[in-house]
Amino acid sequence: MSQPIIAAHQVSKAYAGVVALRDVSIAVQSGQVCCVLGDNGAGKSTLIKILAGVHRPTTGQLLVDGRPVDFDGPKAALEAGIATVYQDLAIVPLMPVWRNFFLGHELTVGRGPTRRLDRSGMRAQVRQQLAQIGIELRDIDQPIGTLSGGERQSVAIARAIHFGARALILDEPTAALGVKQSEVVLRYIRRARADGLGVVFITHNPHHAYPVGDQFLVLNHGQTQGCFAKTELSLPDLAAMMAGDPLDLGD
Amino acid sequence: MARPETGALVATVLVMAFFGLASQAFFSVAGAGVWLESASTYGIMAVAVALLMIGGEFDLSAGVMTGFTALIVGVLTTHFGVDIWLAVVISLVMALGVGAINGFLVIRTGLPSFIVTLATFFILQGVDLAVTKLILGQVTIQGMSKVPHYDSVQPIFGSQLQLGQGHFYVSVLWWGLWTLGGVWLLNHTRSGNWVYAVGGAPAAARQVGVPVRATKVALFMTTALSGWLVGMISLFRTSTVQATTGVGQEFIYIICAVVGGCLLTGGFGSVVGASLGALIYGMTFQGITFAQWDTNWLMAFLGVMLLGAVFVNHWIRLRVAQP
Repeated sequence: MSQPIIAAHQVSKAYAGVVALRDVSIAVQSGQVCCVLGDNGAGKSTLIKILAGVHRPTTGQLLVDGRPVDFDGPKAALEAGIATVYQDLAIVPLMPVWRNFFLGHELTVGRGPTRRLDRSGMRAQVRQQLAQIGIELRDIDQPIGTLSGGERQSVAIARAIHFGARALILDEPTAALGVKQSEVVLRYIRRARADGLGVVFITHNPHHAYPVGDQFLVLNHGQTQGCFAKTELSLPDLAAMMAGDPLDLGD
Repeated sequence: MARPETGALVATVLVMAFFGLASQAFFSVAGAGVWLESASTYGIMAVAVALLMIGGEFDLSAGVMTGFTALIVGVLTTHFGVDIWLAVVISLVMALGVGAINGFLVIRTGLPSFIVTLATFFILQGVDLAVTKLILGQVTIQGMSKVPHYDSVQPIFGSQLQLGQGHFYVSVLWWGLWTLGGVWLLNHTRSGNWVYAVGGAPAAARQVGVPVRATKVALFMTTALSGWLVGMISLFRTSTVQATTGVGQEFIYIICAVVGGCLLTGGFGSVVGASLGALIYGMTFQGITFAQWDTNWLMAFLGVMLLGAVFVNHWIRLRVAQP
């Protein structure tokens, strides 16, 4: 198997002496979904922030394509192709979908004083991107706030991929969504995997994780409960482990 | 969803028809010259204030800035004998400086710009009165037209064109330019995209790499620049200025912007709408006079317009901004 796009080897993180994460390892292959599960306070956000370059691990090593790296900020992670989509999605609800999509990376035409937004180009690209993920908008100019929660999440993910992500870190993308909207996002995660991206899917819901995941990393109080391939455990096993009760296996 | 300026467009047509029926003079060439001139200076300011409001900020010092800049030129030329061109440039630099200070205070402290610029408003208002009185011994600039080279600057800001019975001031042209420039900036440049973003969701804007602070400071400076332009227009049209010029106008600019579809909470609005808001104000201001009504009703009318506009905007916000 080829080198994982991004891997963390035995990383730990302590905040002012308090250990938030202890000796956790994760490896994300191209075309695989690695689910990180755990209850609140299990260390999920700490792990994401290390992968995203927001925090440096206290001990342990990050590897990109098998080479050791030391991210000095989120930008460095982004340049390595590691994109993180946080729960707030970094969208501006009142702005049109296409303006949101290209915000900070606007396409322009012309030079000097005639340099201007390539409005038709951006619109066309966004329309095409959204069509690919099954979102048909009547009006590409409608504010992104009028989209459903699942659609907004999908647009944010599509944006990360469009701007060069090879590995996606999704921070609880289904947490605030209903069943139907969650399905929209899960379908999109499958599609990203099929396109060869590596996905880290953070969630506290085993019912969302199990159908799309290839590997499952379960965290509890900052420590790993183990990393399992899908063949190694069933959904009830996963749910039981989430509850911190390994004796419930084969319920 | 309705475009932000739709309400203002409907209101413009209604107000126009209303005063057209109420007074024959309203649609005469002479009449049009009067209300266009009246709307022009409000329009220039409303364009800048709308951009600033879309960027999520207010500038209550925008009104007094028009007096401040005109007084600088008046005092420097009539009292100190400074070259008029130099005085105009010094005034511009001072305006941009105040705009930059407004911006820096807001982004550094994180305080609401409503409070910060309320303070600069009062400071400038006091300075205008006290310094003018201190230097000139009176609160009005006089003898402006006798300043050397006055005629070389005056046409830029105060010339007029006679068409039939009507006088059309160059300020109307400036208003048109400002509106076109504002539309270009807001809707056709990267900076415009950032203006929407910093007003709509500053944290998200920062996350995707928008220079939030620089954008906000630039907006305050644009408002100050517009205040300077209007200051020059009022100075060179009448060749005089009072130390109290501009005081109280800042709210009219905000009303024009809100009637034009700007949300008070930022992130949404229209430059064309703000210009239409100013046109409505100019038509109403002069229309009430044409119709020979008591002009004291003007403010009541403005209040009703504002309330109507705010209701429409509130409805838009509820529809769009889901949690």
